[in-house]
Amino acid sequence: MAVETVDTPVRDTVPTPARGERSLTGLWFALPFLVIYAVFMIWPILAGLWSSLFNTSLAGGDVEFLGLSNYAELARDGAVWDSLWNTIYFTLLSTPPLVLVGLVMALLAHRARRTGWLLRFSFFMPFLLPVTVVALIWLWIYQADFGLLNAAVQWFGGGRVAWINDERTAMWAVVICTLWWTVGFNFLLYLAALQGIPRELHESAAVDGASPRQRLWRITLPLLRRTTGLILVLQLIASLKIFDQVYLLNEGAAAPITRPLIQYVYEQGFTSYRIGYASAISYLLFLIIMLVAFAQFKIFPAGRDD
Amino acid sequence: MNRRQVLLGAAAVMGAAACGAPSGNDRLRYWNLFGGGDGVRMVELIDAFAASRPDLDVKASTLTWGPPYYTKLSMAAAGGRAPDVAILHLARLSSFAPGRLLDPFPQELLTAAGITPDRFLPAIWDRCVVDGQVYAIPLDTHPFVMYYNTELCRRLGLIGAGGDLVPLRGADDLVAAWSEARKLTGGYGLVLDTFGVSPWRLWWTLYRQLDGDLLTEDATALVIDDAKALQALDFMRRLSVTDAVAPGQMLLSGAVALFGSGKAAFLFNGEWEVTTFQTQKTPFSMVPFPEVFPGTSTDGIARTQADCHTFVLPHQRGRTAEGSRAALDYVRFMLDRSVDWAEGGHVPAWLPATRSAEYLALDPQSRYRDAAATAQLDPPAWFSGSASNMETLAGSAFGAVQAGTLTPEAGLARFKADMQRLIDTPAPV
Repeated sequence: MAVETVDTPVRDTVPTPARGERSLTGLWFALPFLVIYAVFMIWPILAGLWSSLFNTSLAGGDVEFLGLSNYAELARDGAVWDSLWNTIYFTLLSTPPLVLVGLVMALLAHRARRTGWLLRFSFFMPFLLPVTVVALIWLWIYQADFGLLNAAVQWFGGGRVAWINDERTAMWAVVICTLWWTVGFNFLLYLAALQGIPRELHESAAVDGASPRQRLWRITLPLLRRTTGLILVLQLIASLKIFDQVYLLNEGAAAPITRPLIQYVYEQGFTSYRIGYASAISYLLFLIIMLVAFAQFKIFPAGRDD
Repeated sequence: MNRRQVLLGAAAVMGAAACGAPSGNDRLRYWNLFGGGDGVRMVELIDAFAASRPDLDVKASTLTWGPPYYTKLSMAAAGGRAPDVAILHLARLSSFAPGRLLDPFPQELLTAAGITPDRFLPAIWDRCVVDGQVYAIPLDTHPFVMYYNTELCRRLGLIGAGGDLVPLRGADDLVAAWSEARKLTGGYGLVLDTFGVSPWRLWWTLYRQLDGDLLTEDATALVIDDAKALQALDFMRRLSVTDAVAPGQMLLSGAVALFGSGKAAFLFNGEWEVTTFQTQKTPFSMVPFPEVFPGTSTDGIARTQADCHTFVLPHQRGRTAEGSRAALDYVRFMLDRSVDWAEGGHVPAWLPATRSAEYLALDPQSRYRDAAATAQLDPPAWFSGSASNMETLAGSAFGAVQAGTLTPEAGLARFKADMQRLIDTPAPV
């Protein structure tokens, strides 16, 4: 935590502090943050790990030390692996379109001259909605009996489908709802990166006779690589943490077919009172997310500009 | 207003909001889980009580029905800083560890308030007593019932001379009536929810009509009768798959909307939807759940899945008999207003109310009152009762049978495996 020295004329009366002392002074400034970080981040993480070694119950009662038996139980618990697979499956289905659609939107909005503001606004708008509103909107679309989607399907002569609950469509229903809701954020990151590409590059390439397509593939996309890396890791982590849309779309009772891991943690911890066991399952997900984050640091090392 | 005043104000508000410390006789904190029409009615009754007792500072909180409510209540009780009185489903009593998360009602206060066992149905009162102590006071019973559209049933010739639904008994007669109804509506004869806990309610109703048992008394082993369980599941499959008189995939909200708009002639649900249909001016009435499998009924009233809303004293550190007096006054007040409460569909638990002329004049709310005497509560266990793990898991397995995605045999196998896991889990309460 070195503090940058700034070369400003210092009045003679103030002694210039020695280097070691100065970094201590900096520590004082960082202290409030460090305290909050320790109390609200480090401590809960350790407390969760601690409680995963006990049969801690939400409803109090006697607590006994179990060692690793919560972890042994989760290894045997089919519901853990089913819901972990649901989470991973959702991540696999949702991440590519969330990145690609965000990119295409950004390219469109960046190129559009007169309608740019409208595109920017309409692409980003859904992201501003709270999850409860999003879930309600899509419930009305997907509802089996009087939903908009089935009205359209029946108008074309098809049969009714219970989109949210039919196991063939349930996961896609969540993916499409999530895409509509959160792609605006990736769009915004891409748009900012596009605006950061110097115009001169494109101009000189055009002078050299590069077609628009070549400019896209040879200039724009390579320069967006680091943004893509960032979006990819943020998106993977967000998708692995899927819970709220599924919970709300299923009115609180997701069938095992779409139940994500976090919902299983919630059920074990808050409806079965098994906080110890729920903590153990949380650590499984924590580990996976950490691995994804570390993999990203390896694939996209920081500090290298291409 | 300077910064210090704001901070002081905030501190005062927080101090006032913190419930907990054993309250004296001047405060009543009450938690409940009633939404919809019940919620409105409950607030009216609380306001009436508060107005009648200006000496009391009454504060009621309504929390989200189901797991969120029970999670908060059990946490508050575990910390000994619970509200003075709260609502609990009777079938969930075991999940609230009477004696640890719940305090018993002091006998002398019960006697003084006139809340005595002879004023309740014996089977229900017995569930409220644990180790000789009273832990819950029943407010109502809410059985699974059959709603029917009077207009559609008249056109089907199902309305007798007295203007009531002709008695329908036995699986074949019922399915025949529903399939006629389906032809008339062009949609469904019967609607019910297949995604929530209704599949459990329906299955338990049918299985208990066959006199099947599920758990040993101490909930340590499964004693399910496969043949009876499958007979019940076969009938459920028959409704939506074989005879297809009912939908195989339907949310509760959809079922209520279809019945309310006359697109279905019959509905299986709890009786709390009365206000909804009265508001929508749906021509409807209600009867106790029919005898699908005759043989175990009492005076012609079939066994039916039900639960009861009860009042409990969540655990407070240092709770005294004197300190619970206001809670008892409130409970007695509510029992005396049972008829007002019954307008929402629930059958009063307070027998003086069920015999009153005002209650008997309630139509259709008093038509299925006898179902309270044949009420089949979930078997006692830490994982059973309304909105419990068992009901959710059963709803999911049996709902898949109704949807046709699982055979009755596979659905039963999944339910038994889920139950075994719950039994093997040491009780966390």
